[in-house]
Amino acid sequence: MVALTVNGQSHQVDVDPDTPLLYVLRDELKLNAAKYGCGLGQCGACTVMIDGEAVFSCVTPIVVLEGRNITTVEGLGTIEAPGPMQQAFIEEQAAQCGYCIPGMMMRAQVLLQRDPAASDEEIRAHMEPNLCRCGTHMRIVAAIKRAGKLMQTASVDTAKRTG
Amino acid sequence: MRLIRFLGGALCLVVILGIGFVAFAWRSAIDPVEPPATASFDPALVERGASLAAIGNCSVCHTKEGGEIMAGGLPLPTPFGTIYATNITPDPETGIGRWSEEAFGRAMREGVDQEGRHLYPAFPYDHFTKVTDDDNRALYAYLMTRKAVRAETPANELPFPINVRMVLAGWKMLFFTPGVYEPDAAQTAEWNRGAYLAEGLGHCGGCHTPRNLLGAEKKSEHYAGGEAEGWTAYALNAASPAPVPWTAESLNQYLTTGYEAQHGVARGPMAPVTANMRLAAPDDAKAIATYIASVMGQPSTEKKSLGEKSVQQSSELEKGVQVQSAGAQTLPAAVDMKDPGAAIYAAACSTCHEAGRPVPYGGLPLRLSTAIHGPTPTNPINVILYGLPAPEGERGPIMPGFAGALTDQQIAQLLAYMRKTFSDKPEWKDIEPLVADIRAGHKDTDLRSLSSDGGNAPANPTKRETSW
Repeated sequence: MVALTVNGQSHQVDVDPDTPLLYVLRDELKLNAAKYGCGLGQCGACTVMIDGEAVFSCVTPIVVLEGRNITTVEGLGTIEAPGPMQQAFIEEQAAQCGYCIPGMMMRAQVLLQRDPAASDEEIRAHMEPNLCRCGTHMRIVAAIKRAGKLMQTASVDTAKRTG
Repeated sequence: MRLIRFLGGALCLVVILGIGFVAFAWRSAIDPVEPPATASFDPALVERGASLAAIGNCSVCHTKEGGEIMAGGLPLPTPFGTIYATNITPDPETGIGRWSEEAFGRAMREGVDQEGRHLYPAFPYDHFTKVTDDDNRALYAYLMTRKAVRAETPANELPFPINVRMVLAGWKMLFFTPGVYEPDAAQTAEWNRGAYLAEGLGHCGGCHTPRNLLGAEKKSEHYAGGEAEGWTAYALNAASPAPVPWTAESLNQYLTTGYEAQHGVARGPMAPVTANMRLAAPDDAKAIATYIASVMGQPSTEKKSLGEKSVQQSSELEKGVQVQSAGAQTLPAAVDMKDPGAAIYAAACSTCHEAGRPVPYGGLPLRLSTAIHGPTPTNPINVILYGLPAPEGERGPIMPGFAGALTDQQIAQLLAYMRKTFSDKPEWKDIEPLVADIRAGHKDTDLRSLSSDGGNAPANPTKRETSW
């Protein structure tokens, strides 16, 4: 048994400690936002946030995650009440096939939590590890800019949710 | 009376010495010239200059992150302060457009600029002095035919008295021996060519030889290993920590491709060196490999057989593990899961480092890794934290960084396990605080070669000068 904290909730999971976090999220906890892309930590589809840092969940075994705070897209809001990052991606219609989008959102979340007013240049440099095959990069950048603005004006309520 | 006379005498002496020093340190300006036309240079000479400039690695220091090639502005952190690399494009106002060939040759041979000012030895004229007039002519032809870029070099940030350039005449008196390379008649032509390039333009010792308190290379510890921009530069003499002894062939492969199957990949400030070496004349790279292999010397029988054993052990590992993909759940049998370092290695590292895929696309078996056998854990810490991002636009080694996934303590446990398991060297002390220091940016770690966002001129092929 390994103890994990995901989106503020504690879980006890009965898997080998060398299991990549991605499999635990999807198969055990049924949190299907993070995607399997390359399995080599090279495409970013599996990106989640751990203690405020972007991490490739496909190459991160859960043995190193005891006591750490893991956040996935499910932790940013709900369908009824999307968080600012999710709202911005909907408003900008940033997804084409959508496979890369959860990873994009989580990496962007890391940057905007530090600096919601990040410049275009900072956003581009920060998002560099994540790939999108459809080529919606311009909309993704626009969505991140919009999310930053929403966060700056967000109510206490939504700010809490993006913890 | 006697005292006054003594003091007066001493004062006179100081004044005379002072005047003498200024006279000794004084260098006159060399008249500026009209920037020479590109067409005035023989293309064959320019081509030879391009090859030599690649070996000299000029573009690495003289290009800032995101800047135009050779236009300078890169801050070089030194123990004395920050020095900014100058613009060496032929721009007449901010570059070297008005430098004559004589002025260029003097900068290389004596470390004095066109206006007669002493240059800081961050410009490695202690090596470049060995370059022949003929090769300086080719380098000059190459640089003067590059695109002129207007880019003012920022002022150096150095404290008094180091900010007074005349002081450098004293440094030169102590540590600098000007003069062209003199061939060793007892050696082959290839060896001499390699020595000329490695000791001269290549300035290998700039990183691989330790420096004294005044920043000069310790001549008595030639190639004993040093450091550069937050990375350890391993010894290139008999003390080389490579578990498999280098040969001229393996060095040539490493220098010209950036990786070698039994030694690993070039990272940190060495990555652009190898990226540039691809653009140099193949015979020159081979000559450098021949010379460096001879400096390392013939390995002892014991060292050689240890190397062979390591190669054999790491190929046995491949058969036993058989990892299909990074997601496969096969553990190496012998891992003690009670050791947290072993558990992290088995779960996060072995899937690539024991997968049997050849370098550079698969991970190097760590039994063969110089980094794990080196004197400091600095380089493996840098690579574990920041990984090896895919180079832009070409094939190359890859590794994800683990800065967000692993804590300082976990990285320290992992490295302690790797050191104990894969090397026969004594344990590293105080790994954890070093990880914290590097993470906090206290070591001025040069991450340009680890950045694939277009920052690094030479390791990024889109910013590299095209091959001739």
